[in-house]
Amino acid sequence: MAIDQQMVDIIVEQLSVEKDKVVPNASFVDDLGADSLDLVELIMAMEEEFDVEIPDEEAEKISTVQNAIDYVNNLKK
Amino acid sequence: MSKRRVVVTGVGLVTPLGTGTEKTWRNICDGVSGVSYITRFDTSDYAVQIAAEVKDFEPDLFFEKKQAKHMDLFVQYGVAAARLAVDDSGLVIDEANCTRVGVITGCGIGGLPVIEKNHKTCLNKGPKRISPFFIPMAIPNMPSGHISMQTGAKGPNLALSTACAAGTHAVGEAFRSIVYGSSDAVITGGAESVICPLGVGGFAAMKALSTRNEAPEQASRPFDKDRDGFIIAEGSGMMVLEELDHALARGARIYAEVVGYGASSDAYHIAAPPENGEGGARCMQMALDDAGLKPADIDYINAHGTSTPLNDRCETQAIKTVFGEHAAQLAISSTKSMTGHMLGAAGGLEAAFLAMSIHDQIAPPTINLSEPSPECDLDYVPNQARSMEIRAAMSNSFGFGGTNGVLIMRRYQD
Repeated sequence: MAIDQQMVDIIVEQLSVEKDKVVPNASFVDDLGADSLDLVELIMAMEEEFDVEIPDEEAEKISTVQNAIDYVNNLKK
Repeated sequence: MSKRRVVVTGVGLVTPLGTGTEKTWRNICDGVSGVSYITRFDTSDYAVQIAAEVKDFEPDLFFEKKQAKHMDLFVQYGVAAARLAVDDSGLVIDEANCTRVGVITGCGIGGLPVIEKNHKTCLNKGPKRISPFFIPMAIPNMPSGHISMQTGAKGPNLALSTACAAGTHAVGEAFRSIVYGSSDAVITGGAESVICPLGVGGFAAMKALSTRNEAPEQASRPFDKDRDGFIIAEGSGMMVLEELDHALARGARIYAEVVGYGASSDAYHIAAPPENGEGGARCMQMALDDAGLKPADIDYINAHGTSTPLNDRCETQAIKTVFGEHAAQLAISSTKSMTGHMLGAAGGLEAAFLAMSIHDQIAPPTINLSEPSPECDLDYVPNQARSMEIRAAMSNSFGFGGTNGVLIMRRYQD
């Protein structure tokens, strides 16, 4: 499965949101209703799913769906 | 100024006998057992394979998916029962009154299942994989916290953790909060859910649980000569307590009036009561004094009645100490014979049953009472509910650590 598709599935699962809301420029906090603890859990789920490590200072920069996809794509290059 | 009076105006139940007050109460009056085999985990290696699980709870009816995911079961039960109680009371919590509505709940342990889960994660995957929601799912005041968030109640928000007496102490302190004037209404009761490997294994290690695995429905048999321990149960019993004038002003239905509360300690042992039930007896007397009632004014007792050899014998002794000759006139029942022992939720549930008993003038039965043991020689309303006059009634709870709680309610009259 492509990373962007996998990412959408993780976000749908973790934030319990409808799939059609998870568009590239959606903000986790403003559009998808995440709070700070949701974000920690979401990053953790990404680390698990893609078998990567995302340091806290990098995690803080991931605020939209596209940010997340780009970040993981870069790591996987 | 005369003492502020406190009445029960709402009841909400999530129990092994059903979600919803009507369903549970009907089963209680019909003498139905909620005990069966444990379904939550594989019990092959466990001495105890039976429990009273909540069977019909549908989180979707109460919570959004994400909300439910971040609440351990005891919190879900507590919030659901509280919402049912508030709906039942018809109390509208709004800008005008919200700071005068409190929430005081009881819980014996907290989120043991979520503690187990995260401990496993920590061991298998390392500390970085512990969920950020672990702590706020596990701590014992999360029912009161979430109830406040969901109902908008902004008054005193407390959670008591006094083992198997927690629900009773919560209701007692809620009563006090209203009498004292800190609140005009309080959502109160208990919530618990620890039917998980550590919960069942831990109580089993104490030899506190019945091992009658071959006959689950007959395993909880308070006061019977063949009783061999309690049945671990889960769920929640919540009520809305309200200052009398506040309730009358909005034409609320009144189930019963709360009139007395006692709290005492045995100063004796971590788990066992003293043989004469001295601490429990003092607690019952304290509640009678608080209510300004005499022993002969009480018609019914909802006993702690856990079905352990020690409790039922000592509680009977304590009742005799306090009530003297009147003890033989009392109707006494243990609803734990049907619900099992909901631990920190039991007192909340049984206080709700007390209010229902007074409202409906019916004493629930003690089921599975085939042959009382010789030292249990009072009237335990064996096997069949009894329609009777109940002017005033008492509910007892005793917890590990030697802590005791007793409530008294009476029929509401102007």
